[in-house]
Amino acid sequence: MSDLNKSSLTNIVNLIKKKKISSLEVTNHFIKNIENSRKLNSFITTCFEEAIKKAKEFDKKKNFNGLLAGVPLAVKDLFCTKNVKTTAGSKILQNFIPTYESSVTQNLWSEGAILLGKLNCDEFAMGSSNETSYFGNSINPIGKNLVPGGSSGGSASALAANLTPATIGTDTGGSIRQPASFTGTVGLKPTYGLCSRWGIVAFASSLDQAGPMTKNVEDCALLLEAMSGYDKKDSTSINKKKENYKSNLNTNIKGLKIGIPKEYRVENMPKEIDKLWKHGVNILKKSGAEIIDITLPHTKYALPTYYIVAPAEASSNLARYDGVKYGYRSKKGKNLIEMYENTRGEGFGDEVKRRVLIGTYVLSSGYYDAYYLKAQKVRSLIKNDFDKSFKTVDAILTPSTPSSAFKVGEKTNDPISMYLNDIFTVPVNLAGLPAISIPAGQDEKGYPLGLQLISKALDEQKILNIALQMEKVISFKQSINRWWE
Amino acid sequence: MPIDKNQVKKVAKLSRISLDDDKIESLTKDLTLIINFVEQLNKLNTNEINPLTSVVHKTLEPRNDVINDGKIKNEILKNSPSKNEDFFIVPKVIE
Repeated sequence: MSDLNKSSLTNIVNLIKKKKISSLEVTNHFIKNIENSRKLNSFITTCFEEAIKKAKEFDKKKNFNGLLAGVPLAVKDLFCTKNVKTTAGSKILQNFIPTYESSVTQNLWSEGAILLGKLNCDEFAMGSSNETSYFGNSINPIGKNLVPGGSSGGSASALAANLTPATIGTDTGGSIRQPASFTGTVGLKPTYGLCSRWGIVAFASSLDQAGPMTKNVEDCALLLEAMSGYDKKDSTSINKKKENYKSNLNTNIKGLKIGIPKEYRVENMPKEIDKLWKHGVNILKKSGAEIIDITLPHTKYALPTYYIVAPAEASSNLARYDGVKYGYRSKKGKNLIEMYENTRGEGFGDEVKRRVLIGTYVLSSGYYDAYYLKAQKVRSLIKNDFDKSFKTVDAILTPSTPSSAFKVGEKTNDPISMYLNDIFTVPVNLAGLPAISIPAGQDEKGYPLGLQLISKALDEQKILNIALQMEKVISFKQSINRWWE
Repeated sequence: MPIDKNQVKKVAKLSRISLDDDKIESLTKDLTLIINFVEQLNKLNTNEINPLTSVVHKTLEPRNDVINDGKIKNEILKNSPSKNEDFFIVPKVIE
């Protein structure tokens, strides 16, 4: 049974389909792993009884064609799950039980997957280390005092520790790719509009996008195929035919043009990351791709743009948490306004308050043009940079993060140093493009580091193909000694 | 531009978030740092640039103006911290 810890999602699906193993056996295996993983704190809610029941029902079926037949999966606690508590990592939603299912998770269950539980994340997905969660920080299986990244930190931790065969996260400024990079796993942020946002607790609606987090590129293609698709309930959903990402995988990348943007060579970047990036370039060259130096001149303005646009949208989205219709309500307050103020004062954590206040400030009368409108204009410039580049290149290769995983508590006192984690991931969200992070090597401490591939909108297949070829050559291995068990 | 305590109080009021005095102190510092950081954008001339409001190139599709749900009163009320059979209950609004 311990082989299941080495099995990919694709393998597990095949084993179940061939009846080599039952859905119940697989489910019990992951439940046991989860029960032994308290120290990682990667789960907020588990649904073992229901999962076992569903696995037994599944095993009674005579035939099943779903892409994720009988596979138990845990998902980030930002996806609304019907009758299962959904907290978004916040005190204000600590008892919220949705009466509906998010479209993306519904797609997974329609393909035969079974919900194992809900994974820890930064509060309302605002954070890069999982330390803003009301339910305590999740730990990186790579090391006892290391953060797993964020905001999909519980997802990355659970995946790397084999508590789920694959998982899904959300990425507003790097929240899938950065934790994937910190834990030696694969994470893809799809084109804005490819996966439905309906039923996902909203953070910044023009940037939020759900995506797969997996052990390898093939699994990533499979899970993206399962979760994506047009949804009329999301007005920004792209209406197009569903792609067969997995069966269309192809490692022949001869003749593809790969751009290397000089602006991603930032000050104080560890030498190992630069070395790894060059290593990636060499792999692509040897695989027949053509390397082209490109320029994305407005890269350095992406982070300040993001820290206007995202908090502005968040301040508006989070206005709904008022203690009336759902969620936590303060017992203090003489009138309705005081009840609102105390509910939000007690219910939101520090980082969420910071962002709601910043968002309200940049949208407030007299400041709107100077901050919000300005940021939207710079957002145009950032998108134009990419548009220009994709006239000459097929994809862009960059590091995923400017550092490897850091220690718990190392960056909590300085919001700006925490924000700088997302320097390589944020531009992609602003431009609505797809990007994948794959594990590419380790730093001198033995912590994993990732490389990121970016393409033009809806070109997921191309970056999956390039990533698959790179994965084959790199043959990344991370030894994890399961110290938490 | 540095942010002062009164501005923090004003924005907190607009955001409907109650803050303790010591929180106002630390938030004044944090918000000043963040606003200074985002003001890097002022180095760019954007006079001729149109704002990007959406990366999705499509117009919103109209739908028929028909009711497509309803009769879910219990579901809607289910998560309310205070309710009766038909209503959300809030502290008294009218004196």
